[in-house]
Amino acid sequence: MRRDGRRGPAFWLLGGFFVLFVLFLYGPLSTIVLLSFQGPDGGLTFPMNGVSLNWFRNLFEKQAVGDFGGSFLRSLILGVMVMATTVAVSLLAGLAFRRRFRGATFLFYLAVASLIVPSILVSLGVGLGFQIAGVPPAWYSSAFGAQLTWTLPFGLLIMFAVFNRFNRSYEEAARDLGASSWQTFSNVVLPIILPSLIGVGLFGFTLSYDEFARTLMTAGTFNTLPLEIYGMTTNVTTPVLYALGTLTTLFSFLIILGVLATILVLRARRARRTAG
Amino acid sequence: MRQPADVELVAVTKRYGDTVAVDNISLKIAAGSYCCLLGPSGCGKTSTLRMIAGHETVTIGDILLGAENITDQAPAARGTAMMFQNYALFPHLNVRDNVAFSLKMRGVQRAERYAKADAMLKLVAMETYAERLPAQLSGGQQQRVALARALVTNPSILLLDEPLSALDPFLRIKVRAELKRLQRDLGISFIHVTHSQEEAMALADLVVVMSDGRIEQAGPPRQVFEAPRTEFVARFIGGHNIISVDGRKVSIRADRMRLVDAGAQPDTRTVVVRDVEYQGTSVLVGLAADDGDLTAVVPDRVFFGRPFAAGDTAAIAFDHADIHELAASA
Repeated sequence: MRRDGRRGPAFWLLGGFFVLFVLFLYGPLSTIVLLSFQGPDGGLTFPMNGVSLNWFRNLFEKQAVGDFGGSFLRSLILGVMVMATTVAVSLLAGLAFRRRFRGATFLFYLAVASLIVPSILVSLGVGLGFQIAGVPPAWYSSAFGAQLTWTLPFGLLIMFAVFNRFNRSYEEAARDLGASSWQTFSNVVLPIILPSLIGVGLFGFTLSYDEFARTLMTAGTFNTLPLEIYGMTTNVTTPVLYALGTLTTLFSFLIILGVLATILVLRARRARRTAG
Repeated sequence: MRQPADVELVAVTKRYGDTVAVDNISLKIAAGSYCCLLGPSGCGKTSTLRMIAGHETVTIGDILLGAENITDQAPAARGTAMMFQNYALFPHLNVRDNVAFSLKMRGVQRAERYAKADAMLKLVAMETYAERLPAQLSGGQQQRVALARALVTNPSILLLDEPLSALDPFLRIKVRAELKRLQRDLGISFIHVTHSQEEAMALADLVVVMSDGRIEQAGPPRQVFEAPRTEFVARFIGGHNIISVDGRKVSIRADRMRLVDAGAQPDTRTVVVRDVEYQGTSVLVGLAADDGDLTAVVPDRVFFGRPFAAGDTAAIAFDHADIHELAASA
């Protein structure tokens, strides 16, 4: 802002860019949400032909093509598997990398290399590998592994940032006060990094839940939700697809709200302890 | 409380790879004394403290506490407690839980450990803050909590790593007095690392001046100030000038220098006044001499009886009794 209180051209330029960004982000989303309330006789585009919950009802009935319930459940379970594995492994790897060991740098680059390899190639390679080994690819085995090649390096990078900021004197103080290695970890290190760990978990889940390319060649017979939605866009000709989009978006928002609520509850508990 | 005990370092060396941080030092600290390890950054004072605490392994040598060799004991087993430079209070625990931490680790029941923690907080006048988180406390308050947390383990020796450096200058002087009082009341030894000679002189029964991993001088503060053993000590402790007399380097206290008119007395050295700093009870006069810069601390009455200004030519005189011989550095 200038001293005379008038805004300069930079403000309007950046402001305009931000408005465009928001339009790009929420424009298509709100179109899909609106069209999911299309009347029973309405089509895939505007105008709205009445307002109804018809397509939401339709979603839970047997579809001619596509299996919404099954793919949602698979994506959910896979997301939780990826989340748990990512949290556990990147925490342990982060702890390991705090001690300089021989080959640490090489191992690190080896681990993060998969962030650079195009995801579709990873998918292709993992799928092929399973086929050559004679193991049929499935969402819970090959796709699980393919997604971990993506979430583990990310989780590790986050843990690097966390432990870089971590003050080692907390651990020395704990040891000085008689804590064993395990007590130091569980009473001091873990509680201090817990918020970051929740972040890693959420990250792992989100990456898995909307992963497409890495699952494409590795999911086997049964599809995850993104694959199912992609399949449905080419086959389904009714707004049921939009109803599905609206519901999954709602689900994502619920997860975010759930995490925020957890953090608030944790903070409130701490505050209560603090208030006596 | 545990029994107060002597600490003895016997030919202790600490190496990090090829770097020698502490070089073959021996030192005895009597039970119940306030010892300050004093020196510039990198002189090995913190490494020495951390070896006594058990947070650093000893490369060669032994550390004794009373009759016991504690060189290879775990930090919590040796009867020492350490207060860290930035206090290292656990940010997720409130003040009471921080102080009770060591008791919890030993499996003491909640009611008992809280009672002990509260008693310790009372000792440092922090009992009304028991429910606060460390982030909600000022630097001085955090320092007291850290003190209580270390003392709750009943140590024979309290180790303090630059305990006052995080405080503002005004608070530093106040807390300094509290530390000294606490040490006297508890009757245990405090070993305090600092790079401030003023802090060391104010607090210590035993000042240990270190440089390059070696002990330059160890003794009561008055002895160190009045009879600095080496040129390094004389310069580091401040208030001294190093001058050449008959080809030898000797030290002479800045407040024993007399500032006179050039040529007024025999056996004086001619100098040029560089700057004049008024300090209330005295005046600090910076001088340029042939063999380097000197400082004279002149009582205010004497100075204003015959004032000098920057740029004036003057002379310095001193009594031969005030010349102090220096030994070569260790």
